[in-house]
Amino acid sequence: METPDQIRDRLLARFPGAEITVITNPGTAAQHSLLLGAAQARAIAEFLRDDPVLKLDQCSNVTGIDWPEKEIVETTKVSTPDPLNPAGPPKITEQKTKRLQLGYLEVVYHLYSVALRHGPVILRLRTGNRTDQASVPSLTPVWRSCEFQEREVFDLFGVTFDGHPDLRRILMWDEFKDHPMRRDYVEPDDYEWEPTPHGTVLEKAKAHYPAPPAANAQGPRPNV
Amino acid sequence: MSDSTPSPTPPPPSVTEAERDELRRQGILLTSLQELYTWGNSHSVWPLNFGLACCAIEMIAASMAKFDIARFGSEVFRPSPRQADLLIVSGTVTKKMAPQVIRLWNQMPEPKYCIAMGACAISGGPFKQGYNVLKGIDRFIPVDIYIPGCPPRPEALLHGLVQLQKKIQGFKISGPDAPRHLRADQPCNCPVPEFGEHDLEPPANPEVWTAPPAIVRKD
Repeated sequence: METPDQIRDRLLARFPGAEITVITNPGTAAQHSLLLGAAQARAIAEFLRDDPVLKLDQCSNVTGIDWPEKEIVETTKVSTPDPLNPAGPPKITEQKTKRLQLGYLEVVYHLYSVALRHGPVILRLRTGNRTDQASVPSLTPVWRSCEFQEREVFDLFGVTFDGHPDLRRILMWDEFKDHPMRRDYVEPDDYEWEPTPHGTVLEKAKAHYPAPPAANAQGPRPNV
Repeated sequence: MSDSTPSPTPPPPSVTEAERDELRRQGILLTSLQELYTWGNSHSVWPLNFGLACCAIEMIAASMAKFDIARFGSEVFRPSPRQADLLIVSGTVTKKMAPQVIRLWNQMPEPKYCIAMGACAISGGPFKQGYNVLKGIDRFIPVDIYIPGCPPRPEALLHGLVQLQKKIQGFKISGPDAPRHLRADQPCNCPVPEFGEHDLEPPANPEVWTAPPAIVRKD
């Protein structure tokens, strides 16, 4: 099968001006992915499905990733003339600039070919941000198996899929308001006493017992 | 014939067990209405065809040839709750499924019993911190027998059924100790929770469940 770089080159030849980036995966599996822009994503997906060399007719997995906002610190070396010794070698100082990269949501598609028995080719679609621009084009018209999985990503991450035939919650009930797999999801406070809590449960336990004396005048904290 | 739960001052039996056995060998059965009622009730408990997750596989195995729950009286698993006596909650109860479980419980006619099979049905189990996991079905319906395990073996389910049978045989058919279905003042339905914006509303049924008491450790 072709490498992601070769696929990208062929895609750029077929769709000039499309936004396609190869994102390398530093892990040992070396599953590099293609980041697609939203404008041409559907057309590129249809091309990948119908292309005789690739024939990626099965979308086996659709998942979501919540990338929180990141502070990127860039270090640049600036050389200024030494004030104490103007004729001598310049002083090199490091300047750090901080940049805030906004968080976004990402949808990852794993594509396999049943006809030609190769794969996976991994696609990524990113949203603009996590609040008002959280929509990507739906690839359900291209691969039917995306239908339920995109509903799951909508339910758990809040990504809207444009063109999905039936976009509604699939795991949580329809009246539910949160998106549980986001990093900022806060569970309802429903801690029950456990004899040996550890990990995140221990953090919840410390917040709950012994009951803070001033906070609750009714006595031990009710758990319901 | 059966071992009933010990009461504070049991009346001295007019006929001893040895005499009763001797009479039975001769073909004469001495019993009481309570014993007959509870014997019939306990030895034909028909479960509802109800499995949620992995524990359901063990429940199915218990109903099949090697373990055979039918020899304990659970001859058929009824597909309709209207015809079932026993609700074996086997598997994780998600918050989305919980109102449906409670509706099925309400549709079952009295006398009805509930067995919480497996860690998930008892308390939420290994998925207790999940966003969609109900921390035990006993938050909403009254549970008679808890069978721990993940999953409990079919033999454990059979043991739980035998414990339920012993519990039924200990029932009194009149008076204040009578079980729920023989007392007019006890409700047989449980309120069904609504789907709220972040959790079920109410998150538990206060008549059936109280939070376990917190035991503060010295550390």
